Amino acid sequence: MLKIDNVTMKFGGVIAANKFNANIKKGQIVGLIGPNGAGKTTIFNVVTGVYKPTEGRVIFNAGDKEHIISGKRPDEIAKLGICRTFQNIRLFKDMSVLDNVFVANHLRIKSNVFSSILRTPGYRKEEKEMLEKSLYLLDRVGLLKERNEKANSLPYGKQRRLEIARALATDPKLLLLDEPAAGMNPQESSELMEFILNIKDEFDLTVFLIEHHMDVVMGICEEIFVLDHGELIAQGDPEAIQNNQRVIEAYLGVE
Amino acid sequence: MTMSFTEFMQHLANGISLGSLYALIAIGYTMVYGILRLINFAHGDIFMLGAYLTYYAIVFTSIPWYIAFILAAVITGIIGFLLERIAYRPLRDAQRITVLISAIGASFFLQNFATVVFGGRPKAFPIPQLLNKIVNLGGVSINIVTFIIPAITIGLLIGLNYIINKTKTGMAMRALSKDYDTARLMGIDVNRIISITFFIGSFLAAVGGIMWGIKYPQLMPLMGSMPGVKCFIAAVIGGIGNIGGAVLGGFILGLGEILLVALLPGLTGYRDAFAFILLIIILLAKPTGLLGEKVTEKV
Repeated sequence: MLKIDNVTMKFGGVIAANKFNANIKKGQIVGLIGPNGAGKTTIFNVVTGVYKPTEGRVIFNAGDKEHIISGKRPDEIAKLGICRTFQNIRLFKDMSVLDNVFVANHLRIKSNVFSSILRTPGYRKEEKEMLEKSLYLLDRVGLLKERNEKANSLPYGKQRRLEIARALATDPKLLLLDEPAAGMNPQESSELMEFILNIKDEFDLTVFLIEHHMDVVMGICEEIFVLDHGELIAQGDPEAIQNNQRVIEAYLGVE
Repeated sequence: MTMSFTEFMQHLANGISLGSLYALIAIGYTMVYGILRLINFAHGDIFMLGAYLTYYAIVFTSIPWYIAFILAAVITGIIGFLLERIAYRPLRDAQRITVLISAIGASFFLQNFATVVFGGRPKAFPIPQLLNKIVNLGGVSINIVTFIIPAITIGLLIGLNYIINKTKTGMAMRALSKDYDTARLMGIDVNRIISITFFIGSFLAAVGGIMWGIKYPQLMPLMGSMPGVKCFIAAVIGGIGNIGGAVLGGFILGLGEILLVALLPGLTGYRDAFAFILLIIILLAKPTGLLGEKVTEKV
């Protein structure tokens, strides 16, 4: 589904990712871990089109055909079916909870600006469907009651859930979650794990996630990539990663 | 020196009408800034083009004046759209200062283009008879256009408010101005929204230019530069990026200017300076403008 092929990302002299390779299959939940500054978010930024890789390419195939997405604009990539959440929450702050989700439907709306100003029957029908879908997604993440509140007035954990609802509104095939459990207590993160598994099945998703909570990563990921200083140092299933000497050294340092 | 109540009302009406013109033009600055963080210095010249196009449509064709008005405003909107395509879009990923210089260049180009094509000599704006009536209200003689201008402005503001808050395009505009990068990642086609923004801003500027022509019926290729600067100031005073702020700033500036001249006739020569002094005061006291929000950059 997603093939990251020899991607290198340099910022001036800094190599944030070096010849990174990954292959994610449809329906998998794949983790990307590593110490702070290892280049995890850089990989997400390359995949979603925020950065154009210095070298290498990213290939996405949602089942129709192969698209080389490196170098494409973020909105084009979103249209193909990749959406994400952010490590430092980036909601549209002053907009309502509902509007945050509603606006992410934008790319799937077919009617144009004139039909939306004139409120043609076609547009109204489409708008109604989008509204129903947005409300359903809010219900799904448990934020239906808060729909008219401003996004930045929500508590932190709910803002994270709203980001996921917003990402789901774009109808993604591949969902990228950047530290979804950040700031959560063990109880909340185990609920989150269950939630991710549920939406994966319901929306037929493939999930690629960055996470520091090892219980989450080890609990739901089938495959894990470990980055350190921009280098891929290990790859494998949770058990293999837990026992990998280089991973232990990267996290705990070498004695 | 005292002023009679009727005189005061006359000045007030004038101030409101000038203020609504400023508001219409200031909206264009603020909408573009809100999304692109760019000060579109050519906006005042777009305003000038709107007035000239109306002149040519009325003088050289036989179409009725109201059709000419609409046609000129739509064509000006398209020129604004082309301006963005040609002068700004190729520089989308360049540094902000580069785009700013391109905007200044576009402004010079339009001014000189207008001088060559339209001629440097002032032209008299053909005011439709219907709009050129003096009405007498309780002893106050006021040109009917003084009332028409705020009425049209309010109508357009309601329309704009509707587009911004009730249509999907407006929602995308708001999302883009809140967080450009995230909006793109959520699938919003930035180029389309920016094109629409330029069209709307230029359309409003053209309407401003037409009404300006009716109020001050003398067209010159450089007529856009001072109103352009003042409306930019109006947008900054209100809080640039905030549409309500641009409207507020426009009215403050328009009313302030007219009332200053009316109450202190000795300061008439300082009329333009008033705008700049007000700008300096606002920048010192509240740099984000009256309705502007504090911008906190997240790391």
